[in-house]
Amino acid sequence: MTTAPLLRVEGVRAVYGDTVALHDISLDIADNEFFALLGPSGCGKTTLLRSIAGFETPESGRIEVDGRDLLRMPPHKRPVNMMFQSYALFPHMSVERNVGYGLEAEGVGRSELRSRVQEVMAVVGLEHLATRRPSQLSGGQRQRVALARAIVKRPRLLLLDEPLSALDRQVRASMQLELKRLQHEVGLTFVVVTHDQEEAMSMADRIAVLRDGRLEQLASPQELYADPATRFVASFIGTANLFDGTATATGVDVPGIGGVAATHALAAGDAATAVVRPEDVELAVAATSSLRGTVVDTYFLGGASTISIEVPGLAAPILATVHGATRIARGDAVGVRFGRAAVVAREAAAASVDDDADADADAAASDVESGDRSPAGDAPAPQEEVSA
Amino acid sequence: MADATVNPSTTAMRELEPAARPRAVRKPRGILVPLWLGYAFLYLPILVVVIMSFNDSENLFVWRGFSLRWYPELFQNEQMMQGLVNTLIVATGATAIATVLGTLLAYGIQHYTRGGFVRAFAIAPAILPDLLLGIGLLTLFSLLSISLGLHSVILAHAVFATAFVTAIVLARMATLDPSLEEASRDLGAGPVRTFMRVTLPQLAPGIVAGALLAFTLSLDEFVIAFFTTAPTQPTLPIVIYSMVRFGVTPEVNALASLLLLVSIVTVIAAQRLTRLTGTPK
Amino acid sequence: MTSTLQGTTPAARAPRARRGIASLPFLAPGTIFLIVFMAIPVGLLFFYTFFKRGRFGGLVFEFTLDNWIKLAEPLYLGVILQSIVLALIVTVLALLIGYPMAYAIAGLSPTWRTVALIAIVLPFWTNFLIRTYAWILLLNNAGWVNQWLQGLGLTDEPISMLYTPQAIVVGLLYMYLPLMVLPLYASLQQLDPSLREAATNLGASPWRAFRTVTLPLSLPGALTGCIFVFVPAMSNFVIPELIGGGKTIMVGNLVRDQFFEARDWPFGATLALLLTILLVLVILVQTAVSRRLTEGPRRG
Repeated sequence: MTTAPLLRVEGVRAVYGDTVALHDISLDIADNEFFALLGPSGCGKTTLLRSIAGFETPESGRIEVDGRDLLRMPPHKRPVNMMFQSYALFPHMSVERNVGYGLEAEGVGRSELRSRVQEVMAVVGLEHLATRRPSQLSGGQRQRVALARAIVKRPRLLLLDEPLSALDRQVRASMQLELKRLQHEVGLTFVVVTHDQEEAMSMADRIAVLRDGRLEQLASPQELYADPATRFVASFIGTANLFDGTATATGVDVPGIGGVAATHALAAGDAATAVVRPEDVELAVAATSSLRGTVVDTYFLGGASTISIEVPGLAAPILATVHGATRIARGDAVGVRFGRAAVVAREAAAASVDDDADADADAAASDVESGDRSPAGDAPAPQEEVSA
Repeated sequence: MADATVNPSTTAMRELEPAARPRAVRKPRGILVPLWLGYAFLYLPILVVVIMSFNDSENLFVWRGFSLRWYPELFQNEQMMQGLVNTLIVATGATAIATVLGTLLAYGIQHYTRGGFVRAFAIAPAILPDLLLGIGLLTLFSLLSISLGLHSVILAHAVFATAFVTAIVLARMATLDPSLEEASRDLGAGPVRTFMRVTLPQLAPGIVAGALLAFTLSLDEFVIAFFTTAPTQPTLPIVIYSMVRFGVTPEVNALASLLLLVSIVTVIAAQRLTRLTGTPK
Repeated sequence: MTSTLQGTTPAARAPRARRGIASLPFLAPGTIFLIVFMAIPVGLLFFYTFFKRGRFGGLVFEFTLDNWIKLAEPLYLGVILQSIVLALIVTVLALLIGYPMAYAIAGLSPTWRTVALIAIVLPFWTNFLIRTYAWILLLNNAGWVNQWLQGLGLTDEPISMLYTPQAIVVGLLYMYLPLMVLPLYASLQQLDPSLREAATNLGASPWRAFRTVTLPLSLPGALTGCIFVFVPAMSNFVIPELIGGGKTIMVGNLVRDQFFEARDWPFGATLALLLTILLVLVILVQTAVSRRLTEGPRRG
């Protein structure tokens, strides 16, 4: 961070009864950034959001906006506004009055209020709906009202709680573009909470991936995809082939496959997992390849096809993506080669079973079970704390 | 009433969130004060009555000492006992009629009507002034030269009791899963069989709760009984009414305390029943 | 699995079978019963209001509007207006006391909430006459309240509380308070909590959030409470008689007198129907306000 961050979260810890929702989370959010808090349900992202908004109080830690201590302020005094997942539009007020509510509470004069409300409604495209009631609007329209209502106050930070989850697929795609455009045009900092990694990846400048109350990685979408910091991030973001093995000087040595070339910062001999994205898996003629397998299934998705290949010695099939339709059919023998691979340190065997895989994630993470994999106790990485 | 205030997607989403999410609704300090004061207001007379039922004195205004004598005396009071018996007869009869009619109505309304008319009609007796129902029925009976007595009260009470049973069973029906009935039909059972084997058992707690409510309401009902009974066959509330007008004896306190106890037990039983089987989801 | 379809319960989605013979065994018995014992009696009363009483009771079958005109006579009009005023006072008091109570209950944890609700309903299940007479015990010149006041040294002589309009108001309030609390509670409890959070988040202080969001949205519930309090309070005759000593007459007393003393059933019917008309009016107001709240002044 070259300039002072807009929002600084330091060592925030939140607890519900016996459950620790957030374990000492620290992160910074820059001004004018589109930021995402991403993670499966229960990871603590909503808790963090609500703590920033003021609806929950963390047990310890600091949250600062522009250097000011946010935790000391009651929610209605914070320079932070939220767009609720359910929109929370006031059913007894018209769109216009909903949007103007926050300004009214501030004591803004009537003429200024009217002009600001009209301005914002034009920005989100709602001018013709000013006198309608929320019950008379569609889902997408309601969302715009919720947005307008928050934006009109020009908060330092706009928090969005699962903004697109209530919309159907078509509307969702166009809303993603809308939100990005808005953020840019209005010049606010957006913080979006979502469990949908596709959403986060397409909208955000930077993403914080959370899991069980901990920050797994904070980076741009590209970096998260190409260089995941942990196994969880690798499998949560996009689809990945994961191969467990041991780090070597040139890459990772995976039992059943051999060496996978990659650059990494681990010491030789460390437990490691090679991460290969399906588009980096190349298919070749079986006869001339060192790694061979049989095609189990092919899925045609329009612009690309995913091919599932079973390789003897590997427990799960390898996924490969090729452009367009493919001639390859079930039962064909193919050779497999890897292009670029990333490497993550391997966690304890017990935790590497994907127990918090999000149902939405299209990650069909392939685990490689080596024949002589040792049980949990031998893993060099520290045991993952299992939180309730 | 206002549907838009309860957003279904919120409830759906909340199921994904950790179970205990504290809401930081800062309640105004001292919000419980009016509540306690309200309860004090509501229970003061009741407390007085219960305490006085143990008063060792015929004087209603002076406490003389603890005694249980009014309880057995109560059962010696012929007038009151007769009233109690009458009331029980009436309540039982009315509840029996209401339970059958109400359950059938609820089922019929849920499955066979679209608009709200029949439903409103069935529930109307609960909302119309009891005075209106009372004099209306008196008029009807006199016109048809039907003699007044416990039988007329039973019919009269059955009217509003049916409304309550219908309302409660309807509420319960709304929570049932229709695919169970569909499955029954699919497997070859006709409507009557389905009703008896599938619907009724599921409705049972709701029906019982409705019946208990109807019974309790009938026990305490004064106005309608007042207009539709014969002077020689008073129900308990009517007996007490004449006593209050002409001279109260302390057994009344004992009676009140006992009735209160019965009601408490009944209400708790009804509560438990509607929660035991829970709402199938 | 709960259905997550917008706004529907599983049962609501079930297709309604067309009303045919199959519906008869279910709908017929109850409907016929209610027609005979509710609709017809009410209809009879309506019919009666247009006739006069005969010399020895019974009816003279000459159409007349006299009964309705009689309502405007000063004597009766006075009683009607007095009843309305007293009932209004009771309703307003019930609102003022009942709202904070309902609000407090809605804020309790689920277990305590159930206890609180049962506690509100329980007095109902004590015999209503006994509760009325308990107030006599309390308010009588020799009664408990006076004893305590004198005992505490606040007054020298017993205050005459019984047999006054104020006593009637207290008695009626006592009777109908739970009926105000329950629908209020139901409406408050149904409110989406995120609405209040949104208001606060937008800068409204807790008081402002209450005033502009919670209060208006609980209005339908408050009006429902009024339905359960206002007209019943007017038609109650036991409390004005026993606690009011018969000195303050309300519409309920009038009706009862017409039926048992004056034997003028047509006029009694007229009075009772007046009460019913008032009831319908209140219900209409409640429905209208409730709809206007969420749908706006114009039909969208």
